[in-house]
Amino acid sequence: MANPALSQLCALGAAQPESHVIAGTAIVEDPDLAMASLAVRVGQDRAVAAAIKNLTGLALPGPGGLAVAGDWAAFWTSPGQWMLTAPHATHEDIAARIKASVGAAASITDQTDGWVRFDLTGARLPDMLERLCNADVRAMQGGQATRCQIEHLGTFLLCHRSGEAFSALTLRSGARSMMHALETAAKSLS
Amino acid sequence: MSQINRLTGGQIDRTQTLTFTFDGQRHEGHAGDTLASALLANGVRLMGRSFKYHRPRGPIAAGSEEPNALVELRSGARREPNTRATVTELYQGLEAASQNRWPSLRFDALGVNDLLSPFLAAGFYYKTFMWPKAFWEKLYEPIIRRAAGLGRLSGEADPDTYDKGFLHCDLLIIGAGPAGLAAALTAGRAGARVILADEDFRMGGRLNAETLTLGDQPGADWAAAAVAELATLANVRLMSRTTVIGTYDHGIYSALERVGDHLPQSPVGKPRQILWRIYSKRALLCAGATERPIAFENNDRPGIMMAGAMRTFANRWAAAAGRQVVIFTNNDDGARTARDLLGRGVKVAALIDSRADATTFAGAEHLRGAELVDSRGRLGVRSVTVRMADGQTRTTPCDAVGVSGGWNPNVHLTCHHRNRPVWNDAIAAFLPGPDSPAGLSVAGAAAGIFSTAGALASGASGAVQALADLGIKATPAPLPQAEDAPVRVTPLWYVHGTKGRAWVDQQNDVTVKDIKLAHQENFTSVEHMKRYTTLGMATDQGKTANVTGLAIMAELTGRSIPDTGTTVYRPPYTPVPIAAYAGRSAGADFRPTRLTSSHHWATEQGAVFVEVGMWLRAQWFPRAGETQWRQSVDREVLTTRKSVGICDVTTLGKIDVQGADAAEFLNRIYANPFAKLAVGRVRYGIMLREDGMVMDDGTAARLAEDHFVVTTTTANAVGVYRHMEFCRQCLWPDMDVQVLSTTEAWAQFSVAGPNARRLLEQVVDQDITNEAFPYMACGEITVCGGLRARLFRISFSGELAYEIAVPTRYGDALIRKMAGLAETLGGCVYGTEALGVMRIEKGHVAGNELNGTTTALNLGLGAMVNKKKDAIGSVLSERAGLNRAGALQVMGFRPVNPDEALAAGSHFIAANAAATAANDQGYMTSVCYSPHVGSSIALGFLKDGATRKGEILRAVNPLKNTEVMVEVVSAHFVDPEGERLRG
Repeated sequence: MANPALSQLCALGAAQPESHVIAGTAIVEDPDLAMASLAVRVGQDRAVAAAIKNLTGLALPGPGGLAVAGDWAAFWTSPGQWMLTAPHATHEDIAARIKASVGAAASITDQTDGWVRFDLTGARLPDMLERLCNADVRAMQGGQATRCQIEHLGTFLLCHRSGEAFSALTLRSGARSMMHALETAAKSLS
Repeated sequence: MSQINRLTGGQIDRTQTLTFTFDGQRHEGHAGDTLASALLANGVRLMGRSFKYHRPRGPIAAGSEEPNALVELRSGARREPNTRATVTELYQGLEAASQNRWPSLRFDALGVNDLLSPFLAAGFYYKTFMWPKAFWEKLYEPIIRRAAGLGRLSGEADPDTYDKGFLHCDLLIIGAGPAGLAAALTAGRAGARVILADEDFRMGGRLNAETLTLGDQPGADWAAAAVAELATLANVRLMSRTTVIGTYDHGIYSALERVGDHLPQSPVGKPRQILWRIYSKRALLCAGATERPIAFENNDRPGIMMAGAMRTFANRWAAAAGRQVVIFTNNDDGARTARDLLGRGVKVAALIDSRADATTFAGAEHLRGAELVDSRGRLGVRSVTVRMADGQTRTTPCDAVGVSGGWNPNVHLTCHHRNRPVWNDAIAAFLPGPDSPAGLSVAGAAAGIFSTAGALASGASGAVQALADLGIKATPAPLPQAEDAPVRVTPLWYVHGTKGRAWVDQQNDVTVKDIKLAHQENFTSVEHMKRYTTLGMATDQGKTANVTGLAIMAELTGRSIPDTGTTVYRPPYTPVPIAAYAGRSAGADFRPTRLTSSHHWATEQGAVFVEVGMWLRAQWFPRAGETQWRQSVDREVLTTRKSVGICDVTTLGKIDVQGADAAEFLNRIYANPFAKLAVGRVRYGIMLREDGMVMDDGTAARLAEDHFVVTTTTANAVGVYRHMEFCRQCLWPDMDVQVLSTTEAWAQFSVAGPNARRLLEQVVDQDITNEAFPYMACGEITVCGGLRARLFRISFSGELAYEIAVPTRYGDALIRKMAGLAETLGGCVYGTEALGVMRIEKGHVAGNELNGTTTALNLGLGAMVNKKKDAIGSVLSERAGLNRAGALQVMGFRPVNPDEALAAGSHFIAANAAATAANDQGYMTSVCYSPHVGSSIALGFLKDGATRKGEILRAVNPLKNTEVMVEVVSAHFVDPEGERLRG
């Protein structure tokens, strides 16, 4: 799927993703993200759930939920809406694949390059994230997702392992500002 | 002589001696001291000069309520004025200076104000400086400000950093005295998520200040043990040095944590302070109480302080306020103070109790039914005059006076939602009122429960009740045996029958006389009294003064204290630096920045950027030899019109609209019809607000029967998306339509000019001849051998033009490829400035015209409002007032003399009419220099403009003081027939 004639750039502006480890907290830009929004059309909830299960193996999660099955993941964004993700390297056509699976039962919107994803790991993440957003990060368990703001940037916060592994997805154009905010917060901890 | 007033014991670390300076004088103290306790230990009572009269002052309190002992702390850019010495932790090398004095603290020339006091009474500035009016701002105010001051700002940027943060808990406990600690033990052991916040650096509250025992332990030891246990509980967060400053909706509290104020300097990158927003399910206020003074003549001399503060300094910090002390009280705390001081070897010259029936006290001379009527001493108290029960007076030498007028519960946080405190006769004080914010309850002294045993018990039961609301079962922590004395107080607000000045609010120099004057001049409501006298203003917000002031007013008016009432309590509880509110949002980090995919390439080209909301957009691309911006912009315009130009238009909003009812949805949102737009076609549309004004314009491209992509202006990208969500969710929830922003997902570039197709044919994989891809076509295509992309044949410049979009990660590669292709065709990349010039030349309206006050009719788009269907705003666009003769219509304008420059904002006036509002014919909205026309050109609104082509008018700009003769012309300066864009 990758296009030989046009090269890709990561959201932070380099060919390779950027990463930092600050006092044990790793902040890693993850460009290997293909993402599409799934919005159920009127009365098609069951059909969509079945089609997605069939395509990805995922049971679409409820409010605040994040589900993972193999390469695929889905997190709830609003009633009848989810974001579906998969590795970009193998699923750049994620929107087309899902659309082929659900047909007219759902609206699919390619969100792959609308977002930048930062993977965050480290024991001090709750300390760091509570300086950045109003999500109750200490209470978040693996498999939970929420929407919040970080320094004015709308952000999806995904929890993979409680207290130690999160991802923050924000608007791609704000990648540098987000990285700056994450680094600053990590350095801010005493 | 060092630390002459240092006693034995106390909670200071004598193994750590710290040196510090006050007004350049070197002193020593110990770890655990505050600046005030260390100064007192060194025999320094004089710490400041008063606000108005420059009277010598020392501390009257030992905590955050302190009105007098304000200093400038640190030096250089870190100099901070108005810092309370009573809450400033001592650190090695601390530098403090007194403020509001000249030339020195001991000799202050402005002390002359004290002699002029008859002219400076309450409200003097309302009376004295009324005339002439013009002198107020230029003369009187600067003089008053210089004389009546607090500290000086450094005038430099704050070198420290500040953070903000967010916390969550089941139970927020505010204050870590006996009530707070008992509550925290109860809730912590029950496993609840607890935050215990205390403004002090050492938790324990009054337990650290008293000699009382809990069980068989000193109170301070019990507190330390409780804190130690709490520290082992993972579910409890202990936050010392943290003041909860405000109560907000839904259990939200704000708190300021001073993480670095006790250090000489915060480490680089670490915050000095953190402003927390705490989301609590329940909160328990255990904020204690504040002692209040009794006003008597010259009660403001250094050495005169609250009796409770005197105990705190002696017991906690082993600092004696003096060596020979007089105590003046109206309650049993006087005897407690005397006992504690005697126990520490301080001489108590007399215990003066205003109550004739007070319980006898044997440790010192006990004068019952007596009152203090005056004090003497130049820079500190040397003696006091006592009026005995029999009316005789006598003078008693002393170097410190402890005063106790009773205690006021700290109800502030219960009042931030306008809950009014209620008066309680038994303790002669206000208690929290019945309308506390939801989820907030009160325990301990803050609830008027003053005994230690009562505070402990109410804290424990308060926690049990709060957690029961949340379904968490807790057992009250077992509590030690503790003092349980009743409250015995006989209110005495000020000493009657004296003529001099008795101070109520020491920070604002408000006396009993001032309150009497306010009463005499009919400022009798507490809110009027406050504004007239300034009682209760400034950094201490009247914590030691307000209740006394209103009680005096009650006495003067003959109303009861509850009828007189309190002023309104507002956050913050204690002062907060503006920098803490700003947090990291300062300077370049004030807002995030959004960058387009071509940003890095544009930076390499030396582009000049402009902020467009949070976006940075390339404004123009200077080339070698271009020394002035217009040279670059003119070149970019001419090159584009002659060959081809490329512009990054990613910032325009892109909204994906899908669903079975997508077409009907757009038909209702746009004023012009969309239901029958063919797949593969784009249509320009305008959206109206409900009131008929134009909200935004843009295009909608139909990619499939059930799939549109809507574009919006950059400015309204979020607004239009929000509007669509509102319509979808609230107006027409039954419609099958889904919307989502895709602005960020696609890097989009405009390719315009006669060579646009030739350029794109080298990029796009499909046939884009005029036949295959005509004007207003759109489609999902591929580029460069298979990459998914979108192509729209739309034009903003009036040229043959396309917009091409690729996934954002490929945007950088695409701009590099297309810029290279443009170069070979004699084209260029252009910025927003050339974009603006070309749209004005073409007569396209933009933000300057879509200004929220204009209708489709005004914009020359009246025919687009379809009357055969219903759409938002179409009914109200028919209002008679919007459609009568004389309506503004958008037109083009050019100067009669082409050498003259036009100015946006100018108003059109008939050639022979006066430039008055009555003669206003309209206004000029967009102006540029048009290299195509060869002169300045403009768009603007003119009454009945369409019928006035060829008319000559004056464009008058009274702000810039310019006036230019202009000719009314068509708004389409370029290709009015639109042949180019269809070619």
